[in-house]
Amino acid sequence: MSRPAPEPVQVIKHRRDAALDALVGGIPYVRHLGIVFERRGDELTGILPFDDKLIGNPVLPALHGGVTAAFLETTASITLAWSRLWDQIESGALDPDKLDAASMPRMPKTIDLTVDYLRSGLPRDAYARARIVRSGRRYASVQVEGWQDNRERLHASATGHFVMPPMRDG
Amino acid sequence: MTDRQDEIARKFMAAIPHARDLGMVITRIGDGHCTTEMPYDEKLIGDPHSGVVHGGAVSALMDTCSGAAVMSHPSNPAGTATLDLRIDYMRSATPGQTIRAEAECYHVTRSVAFVRARALDDDRDNPVATATGAFTVETGSRK
Repeated sequence: MSRPAPEPVQVIKHRRDAALDALVGGIPYVRHLGIVFERRGDELTGILPFDDKLIGNPVLPALHGGVTAAFLETTASITLAWSRLWDQIESGALDPDKLDAASMPRMPKTIDLTVDYLRSGLPRDAYARARIVRSGRRYASVQVEGWQDNRERLHASATGHFVMPPMRDG
Repeated sequence: MTDRQDEIARKFMAAIPHARDLGMVITRIGDGHCTTEMPYDEKLIGDPHSGVVHGGAVSALMDTCSGAAVMSHPSNPAGTATLDLRIDYMRSATPGQTIRAEAECYHVTRSVAFVRARALDDDRDNPVATATGAFTVETGSRK
């Protein structure tokens, strides 16, 4: 009995990155804010590169609270959608060369989001990572943390609840 | 709006790059109440399948409107920042329609302002979202 040889790493990376690009790149508002995602295996980190248009308080200056909320919400919902998609990516069911926004599953719908603003957002890049606390067939609960220079010094954290889109192909 | 309120509203929005970026306009302000509008725009879309505005843009609108309501409170705070904001999304905003946020700063202590807000599109009887928030109250003289 021999197992099939593992796929070349480039093939796997190409498939994963193509799926991530299709998921994130199709959302105009996410593109407008400039949010991108970095991937390590299945772990995603949201990155919000600083831009002047993200300022909410020009005197300090500080990031707009709405930008921080949108960034954390986006990181939470992309992480959720990504985790749902993961099995299809790994099984090879998704063809990386035929992926675009239209072929992506519907995004989870936000029910509510509670944001704690822990420090004012500095005029620098921000990062966020989400943890899926519970993901059921219909509902999911996600916690997300945002930071800037220092991973231990969060500038914001949030908890959100989402309605999951129906799974395709059962 | 009175001339003074109009002046406050115009200065407030002009000073906030992100509010300008998303096309927000204050249409009413004063006495702890604020109404802010955000016209539909393709860059606000969160769901490319349907053209529905992203929840984050609605959050930004309600956060801005809430902050403006705090600034217009008769206690005359020198500045404010969001401490926490909870947003409940009741339904998708109808694509193509302006979203209007109405915020009320209903209580202010020496250090905290409490605000509730809702977001509406043309169907005014069915809010798109509601929010409740706590905001800091900066004391000290206004510049």
